[in-house]
Amino acid sequence: MTNFTKPDFRLGRRGFLKAAAAGLATPAFASLPGIAQAQETVNLTFWAWTPRTENQVALFMEKYPHIKVTLESIGGEDQNTKLRAALRAGSGFPDVVQAEFQRLPSFRAVDALLDLTPYGANDVKDQFVDWSWESVSDAAGGVYAMPWDSGPMGLLYRADLFEAAGAAEVPGTWAGFAELAKKYAVDNPGKFLTNFGANNGGWMIGVLWQAGNKPFALNGTDMTIRINDEPAKAWAAYWQDLLDAKAVDLTPNWTPEWFTAFDNGTIASWIAAAWSPVQLTNVANQSVGKWRAGQLPQWKEGEFATSNWGGSTFSVIKPTAHPEEAALFATFMATDGEATRLYNTDQFLFPVRKELLADKDLMGTPSEFYGGQAVNEVFAEAAEHVIPGYQFSPFHDVFTSALQENVGAAVAGNGTLADALDRTQEAMVTYASEQGYTVIT
Amino acid sequence: MTDISARPLRPARRRSSKWAQKLAPYFFLAPFLALFIVFLVVPLFYALQLSFFRETMVGGIRFVGLDNYGKALTDQKFWDGVLLLLRYGLFQLPVMLGAALLLALILDSGMLWARAFFRLGLFLPYAVPTVIAALIWGYLYGPSFGPMTQVADYFGLPRPDLFNAQTMLYAIANISIWEHVGYFMIIYFAALQAIPADFEEAAVVSGARAWQYVIYVKLPLIRGTILVTVIFATIGALQLFAEPYLLEALAPAVITSSYTPNIYAYNLAFVNQDYNYSAAISFVLGAVVAVVSYVFQLVSTRREGK
Repeated sequence: MTNFTKPDFRLGRRGFLKAAAAGLATPAFASLPGIAQAQETVNLTFWAWTPRTENQVALFMEKYPHIKVTLESIGGEDQNTKLRAALRAGSGFPDVVQAEFQRLPSFRAVDALLDLTPYGANDVKDQFVDWSWESVSDAAGGVYAMPWDSGPMGLLYRADLFEAAGAAEVPGTWAGFAELAKKYAVDNPGKFLTNFGANNGGWMIGVLWQAGNKPFALNGTDMTIRINDEPAKAWAAYWQDLLDAKAVDLTPNWTPEWFTAFDNGTIASWIAAAWSPVQLTNVANQSVGKWRAGQLPQWKEGEFATSNWGGSTFSVIKPTAHPEEAALFATFMATDGEATRLYNTDQFLFPVRKELLADKDLMGTPSEFYGGQAVNEVFAEAAEHVIPGYQFSPFHDVFTSALQENVGAAVAGNGTLADALDRTQEAMVTYASEQGYTVIT
Repeated sequence: MTDISARPLRPARRRSSKWAQKLAPYFFLAPFLALFIVFLVVPLFYALQLSFFRETMVGGIRFVGLDNYGKALTDQKFWDGVLLLLRYGLFQLPVMLGAALLLALILDSGMLWARAFFRLGLFLPYAVPTVIAALIWGYLYGPSFGPMTQVADYFGLPRPDLFNAQTMLYAIANISIWEHVGYFMIIYFAALQAIPADFEEAAVVSGARAWQYVIYVKLPLIRGTILVTVIFATIGALQLFAEPYLLEALAPAVITSSYTPNIYAYNLAFVNQDYNYSAAISFVLGAVVAVVSYVFQLVSTRREGK
């Protein structure tokens, strides 16, 4: 044994040393401006987590052969942590980064994002649905990202179960929905019309947004915090009523049990986003063909207001050595016809470009899982009715965590949902003050 | 060694070899010391330095002296976590170490058939990564379709709720006991095996029964080992992190962001981006661990003195 391992080890070490030497040499040469080729190649690093993003990167490099983009897939949450660390360290950050809408303010707060207006960002403004452009730009006219995908909210529901409960279609108002939910829970013991995701901060923020809640408004260092405003209190009273009546399922979200409950009919509907239909298709197998998509019930009868949950953008990191090329790349990724179409057909992301939303072929594809319904059409319609003017805070993670914790406690019987919003408000006012903001309530 | 010293050497050579002899241990320790300094001492000082500052989104970084420590000492969330872990330790420690000792004694008694099999089998859970262990138990505990629920349903009994505020601590303790009982058993077993066989002969000749031999001979002889394991287990209990962190997804209402001090420090740093306060919390937790271990050692050595 030892006889064999010894020479092996030596060879391995030599090979390793060679490889190490080569590895050290390559970047050194690459970064020497003196040894430039005929056309100088620009190297960009790009961090993204969506699958098969390399396809779009390839399209870009085909069109701009002198720009070489290296894609690094780190994964959503890890990427944010790593990016923050790299920004703190002042090195190791990418040139272009995929960032969720709700993260942009936190990166803006540390001045990490490049203003894209000098690179023609406003020329493409009209291609995007209004709320998405609003989320990437500020009042002063700066543009800090290119919107990529989104998640306008809607309702996925079991048509068969709704029908059996006497509802030929989804109630038009939340009041009607609550009535049905209570009746449903009585008629079908152990089963529920829908689920309340107390551990799902993103979801709660989405449904609060639809109710008209405007938790944060930042103006310089003045921050208005109204987590428990009137619409939010109405929202809390609504769900508290359903909780008290034991008419809503409370299975923690994103657990196997939760998906099983959707599939086996324990939960008859999912207050969801435009990317949810594909996700449901992947986890369900008993309920194929029984699901439908519809618009969310409304708070005021006759209105059509919805919100957005999820989605992401492309930002250029400010200290980049190649701002022009990086901005070009971000803009290409978000606006190129072929590249953005691929997002929807291959990666199943929901678009924010008006052209794609209006595309009958793209949106009108019927889905077996949804009984032949063209699900995307429902969400394309919703995308036009996302309530404008919603702002995320620069400490979104802290807010989400506090909201989950307080609502979680309320659901477990410690106070009401209204108390939970008050406690979250109080915690965020304290946090924002500690962070140096002038807080207005 | 003897060969070299027996050989006649020139004085110069001898002096250098003396130096070499003196330096040799440090030479061999150097790799450890280098890693120790780079990965422990430096980060520790870095964290200590962090804990004296406060960084805010507006205003940047400023020196705040002991402010973070003052805040930590009166932080209800932190102390609730410490109290929870003391409660946890008072249950988990005796059960885990008691079971480990009992199993070690059974193995050591030689009465067991297929001893190696049991030794390995009992040790095996320790080789399962904590993440996997928490996932396994998360499934077993599952309130909707876990096996425990299925058994309860089959017999028409109420479903066990292991994820409420009262039961969660014991659910976690159970996972950790399952994981570590084999580890401590091996330590005890090794200590028991080191007891010379003539002690037993002497005991048998003196007419001692098996249980008397265990209580009056074996246990006092491995007393030192038991003390060390208690301190290890205490430190382990106060550092509890992975199991509750992983079960958080299944019981988000019970396992809060400050459930244990370590989870609190983690969330402060990586969710709140408050590295400064997180560093201070970590040092206070370190102090709590040191105090608890020291008090325990003090009490046990005093008893020994008597």
